[in-house]
Amino acid sequence: MRTGVQCLMDGLVKEGVKTLFGLPGGAVLDIFDGLYETPVEFVLARHEQGAAHMADGYARATGRVGCCLVTSGPGATNTVTGLATANMDSIPVVCITGQVSSSVIGNDAFQEVDITGITRPVTKHNVLVRRVDDLPRRLAEAFYIARTGKPGPVLVDIPKDVQRATTNAQTPETVSLRGYNPTFEGHSRQITRLAEAINAAKRPLLYAGGGVISSGASDLLLALSRKARAPVTTTLLGLGSFPETDALALRMLGMHGSVTANYATHECDLLVSVGARFDDRVTGKISDFAPKAKIAHIDIDPSAISKSVQADIPVVGDAKLVLAELVKLVEPRDRKEWLRQLEEWKEAYPFSYDRGSSKLLPQYVIERIYEITKGDAVIVTEVGQHQMWAAHYFRYTKPRQFISSGGLGTMGFGLPAAIGAQAGRRGELVVDLSGDGSAQMNFQELVVAVEHRLPVKVVILNNACLGMVRQWQQMFYKGVYSATRLTQHGRGKNENIPDRQEAYLPDFVKLAEAHGATGQRVTEKKAVTGALEKAFAVDGPAVVEFMVEPGENVYPMVPAGKSLTEMIHSMA
Amino acid sequence: MKHIISALVENEPGVLARIVGLISGRGYNIDSLNVAPTQDSTTSRLTMVVPGDDRVIEQVTKQLNKLIDVIKVQDLTSESYLERELALVKVQTTSRSRSAVVELAALFHAEVLHVQQKSLVLQMVGPVERIEEFVELLRPHGIQDISRSGVIAVAKSES
Repeated sequence: MRTGVQCLMDGLVKEGVKTLFGLPGGAVLDIFDGLYETPVEFVLARHEQGAAHMADGYARATGRVGCCLVTSGPGATNTVTGLATANMDSIPVVCITGQVSSSVIGNDAFQEVDITGITRPVTKHNVLVRRVDDLPRRLAEAFYIARTGKPGPVLVDIPKDVQRATTNAQTPETVSLRGYNPTFEGHSRQITRLAEAINAAKRPLLYAGGGVISSGASDLLLALSRKARAPVTTTLLGLGSFPETDALALRMLGMHGSVTANYATHECDLLVSVGARFDDRVTGKISDFAPKAKIAHIDIDPSAISKSVQADIPVVGDAKLVLAELVKLVEPRDRKEWLRQLEEWKEAYPFSYDRGSSKLLPQYVIERIYEITKGDAVIVTEVGQHQMWAAHYFRYTKPRQFISSGGLGTMGFGLPAAIGAQAGRRGELVVDLSGDGSAQMNFQELVVAVEHRLPVKVVILNNACLGMVRQWQQMFYKGVYSATRLTQHGRGKNENIPDRQEAYLPDFVKLAEAHGATGQRVTEKKAVTGALEKAFAVDGPAVVEFMVEPGENVYPMVPAGKSLTEMIHSMA
Repeated sequence: MKHIISALVENEPGVLARIVGLISGRGYNIDSLNVAPTQDSTTSRLTMVVPGDDRVIEQVTKQLNKLIDVIKVQDLTSESYLERELALVKVQTTSRSRSAVVELAALFHAEVLHVQQKSLVLQMVGPVERIEEFVELLRPHGIQDISRSGVIAVAKSES
């Protein structure tokens, strides 16, 4: 006989969970009691949202299922943003929540919340385990569902009495669910059709998303691109799926994509999407998206196909298996004219900023990080302008090298995700790129990095505002900067803040030191390299705040709902 | 066009909430919904009438299929099927109008379930259009209450 807690511990070990992120509370006291003697490293987050993002960052960095454990009620609700973030980006996470005892469920008990009800739309699946006999099976199913098919977060809610009850039920060796049979192998006739289309195309373009990374299909994507002489553009989540240093790389497409990638999308005669979902930030105006192209769509999720853009050649299957077949069938073609055109655009329209400026520009800092690390770092971002500059001024060559909240756009994701990534990849340089807005959402987790000797480097590009929102206000709201300033100067009347300035609010250097990390502040361009080198050399977490020019915008930009060819390159 | 979506689902708590949440969360409409256990007590049959063009219906079926607790989804409208709905209608009657109402019920093969002083309760089973015709003809008499089961349907094909 095992208790529910023992079933859970055995299950976690069996699933190969090495690191568990979480925070205890009343409804999980029994689980934490059992965990004390279990060979799983526990990372004590300081906020449950942090725990969920850590599990997510761990999963993105390692390809394994990330796992977190929190208590009922507020502990559980605090994970909701983390689960939604993982869900939008198809990241395998298992979140275990404690629940009040079965006898009081529905009675508004202390710290009771219907967490399966709340998280239903933001998880791939969730379950309230009502009987201890079901627990071993439910846990095995949770991990199986999280990592297979289109991956995603799964929440397992375990009432306190179920944790304590005993059972003879064994952990199953295999999982089979009659309602869940993801298609792995692509339909061979569809793959043949796609290969023929590629062979016939004059101006093919491969469009790679996060699915290439989660499927482990990067090598095959490179092989396909090389063999067919087909250029590759990626989504934000697809960064690293194809080496951006390669001659066939057009870099990111979409709202803040490269001119070349967006022009190529407009001009191509065949667009082959691999593990991407035609998100609105990618397509812009749907009716004018890839207007000259036949659309092929490889995706493991049938519902992604023809959801926003009608696919002419749909292929449902795992990117790795489909590309392996496709590579065999495509033939080398001379596409000199197409490639020459792309080279011309690349030459004419690289990502650019005023490199000659003596001012401290945010883009410069990122470019320096790229040069100092020689591109060998795991870059985790928060959300906003710095996130887009991270996509522009660092070139990603390996999968799982760029970690960012794409679909949900969760500010506050970066630091805990970087901690999770570092926990899964000790010994590698992990950098959390942040703005001063995002940095203030979940900064408390820095103590976790310090405690566990997880030497993440936090780079804060402080432009004293919520930069991306400010950019939109400048472009589309006549420069009315409502509530986007983060200094006390020049705030809106409605905010009722006296027009006087503290030196720094917050003082990130002191904040870093208060959390046990080193802190530096850089105010001049010439000090950037030294500060970065120092931070990277420090044996532990380090925070570097760069007081960058506040008025910089992210270019190019396709305004929401416009065609990809309608890019804004400056405000002049 | 209206489609009848038939889904075989796990007979588990929360499954209906999951499906209804998905439909509303993604902005689809449901005209009617019916759920009940099947011959296998571990599964339920859910029948939904969903208005929408082919693209909407394709998304609805794909999204439903994505749910772990959904075992099989069919768009019955795309094949040969039988549909029925059951309606219970309480109609006002007077001693003078009662026979007319009963006659109407007979024409529609509806059954008189209950007779009271000032009303009758009728049960009508049939395709949706027939039920709607029946209800329209009863309306001038004064309908006090109506309860409809929603469409249930079964594919004709032998599997």
